[in-house]
Amino acid sequence: MGILEVKNVNKSFGGLKALQNVNLDIEEGKIHAIIGPNGAGKSTLLNCFVGKLVPDTGTVMFDGDSLLGIKPYEINQMGVSRVFQTPEIFSELSVWENTLIPCFAKRDGAFTLNALGNVADNKDVAERAEQMLVDVDLIDKRDMLASSMSRGDKRRLEMAMCLSQNPKLLLLDEPTAGMARADTESTIELLKTIQEKLKITMAIIEHDMGVVFSLAQKISVLAQGTVIVEDLPENIKGHPKVKEAYLGEAQV
Amino acid sequence: MKSISNADMRTLMFVAIITILAPFIMNPFPTESALAQFNAGYPDLMQRFIIFGILAIGFNILFGLTGYLSFGHAAFLGVGSYAAVWMFKLLGYGILPGLVLSVIVAGIFSLLIGFISLRRSGIYFSILTLAFAQMSFALAYSVLTPLTNGETGLQVYADDPQFLQSATAPNVPHLFGMKMNDTFSLNMGPWDFQFNFGYYICAIFMLIAFYLSIRIFRSPFGMMLRAVKTNQTRLNYTGINTRPYTLAAFVISGMYAGLAGGLMASMDPLAGAERMQWTASGEIVLMTILGGTGTLLGPVMGAGFIKYFENIFSKINETVLHGWFAWMPDGLENAIVWVLHLFTGKGWHLTLGILFMAIVIFLPGGLMEGSNRIANWWKRRKGGDNASDATATPAE
Repeated sequence: MGILEVKNVNKSFGGLKALQNVNLDIEEGKIHAIIGPNGAGKSTLLNCFVGKLVPDTGTVMFDGDSLLGIKPYEINQMGVSRVFQTPEIFSELSVWENTLIPCFAKRDGAFTLNALGNVADNKDVAERAEQMLVDVDLIDKRDMLASSMSRGDKRRLEMAMCLSQNPKLLLLDEPTAGMARADTESTIELLKTIQEKLKITMAIIEHDMGVVFSLAQKISVLAQGTVIVEDLPENIKGHPKVKEAYLGEAQV
Repeated sequence: MKSISNADMRTLMFVAIITILAPFIMNPFPTESALAQFNAGYPDLMQRFIIFGILAIGFNILFGLTGYLSFGHAAFLGVGSYAAVWMFKLLGYGILPGLVLSVIVAGIFSLLIGFISLRRSGIYFSILTLAFAQMSFALAYSVLTPLTNGETGLQVYADDPQFLQSATAPNVPHLFGMKMNDTFSLNMGPWDFQFNFGYYICAIFMLIAFYLSIRIFRSPFGMMLRAVKTNQTRLNYTGINTRPYTLAAFVISGMYAGLAGGLMASMDPLAGAERMQWTASGEIVLMTILGGTGTLLGPVMGAGFIKYFENIFSKINETVLHGWFAWMPDGLENAIVWVLHLFTGKGWHLTLGILFMAIVIFLPGGLMEGSNRIANWWKRRKGGDNASDATATPAE
């Protein structure tokens, strides 16, 4: 039984069938990579997990509950966090405030009218936020404006924001896209440490095969809206169907 | 635990001292001097500074924190005024029931408008609020005449019931018998300082409003509102439902506007529909931007700035200008007066417009940014002195 179960999901935009009968099973505590050529439907699939898109047919179950028709913030409160392809952070706020906000959201829920309390008085939240910034090595930059950081730092901040909520499932949409080699390496290390330490289930969409094979414990290959192969990493390398999907007609 | 930080306390104290001493500060020129017309220390204008200050503080909670630009805030001001005048008509001239009701009615009204308008953001939100405000204005002007007394404006008549009005109570708005228009004049040599009871009542409400706005700015709620401004997507994926946050901010700022409307009616017990017109809403936006959006002190400064221009610059008509330049040769005098009269008197909007453009272009942070720059320059200058002193001691 996986923590996230996707059954027979179909989604089309007009005449374009983005997803066709997708079945996916993400096991608890594992890093599951979803790979595939451009336009294979990876992002569409991810958007169906977080409530941004609703599949035409099929079911998406998370921890025994259906995710269909549920708003993004409710899904997050259920324990799903998402890291975006381009970091989505509060760029006009400080790094510190960026980290505080998810901690407040985790503690106080989707809405609390705490208009007269002082942010600084919430010691438990501050401790949690500080711990996260130490974990991702951004504690020296806590007073910096988030928009003035490098892309790698922004990514790390976003990851800290997601992890501070202690999610059951972490979705990562190309976490190393556009990163320098050194940043990519450090991100891989960071994700590995987190996974070993916290046993958080992760689903990763990734183009960089180096990243995929150094992280994933299971890989699903998506092509033209369907899962063509789902297997362990060692079996994916050199799999004829995968080669065909990536190289297309050139192979024929 | 401290509810407010030292720096914020200093700001609050600064505002408190300025408001208490305003009758002196606003009145720097002797009554008989030629410059006396630049004095702003008369009760009517000082009340306006304060009331529009409250309005701008409230507006800033919505616009400054969440970035939602409401173009219909004057509607809440108008509704607050009507509510207060109705209390005067029904219960009597004690201002407290009127103020309470004006805040409540404005709160309910803004809940309704906010609930619908906040389904959209950006320009669509602005247009929706503008449409609602204009609807309210049109209704108050025509269909709702029984409630608003149409174009005459709502006022208290001799045959109004005034159930709680005792025979000894004053026949003007009052607080426990002390009249709002009571003014104490202090003559000090050529100066004439006026201390108005209504002004100090407004000032107390403004200080409470300002204190609450500091608390909101520093609260987790305020932080969430600023997060709404910078990235709603991230906030949604962080488990925050943004709608109730923006709605709460909208209602709070609507209640501030209601309080301002109630106070306006308390100073002068009548309410007209023109208070709700879109130009009035636009003025609130101008005040906030001019002073510095999202800063604590900015909106109050902006409100004071605009009200000063409206009341003082508009008084400088051609006759006054001719008086100033009478020492010049006639031709030159006429030429200069002809140029200047475009900018003063009835043309004061032109000066305001030019100043507004200059501030938005060169000081995007408004008057607050300007004063911060001056403060920094001052510090640097002092710091520079220190640095040159430091060179005297050998460096390690």
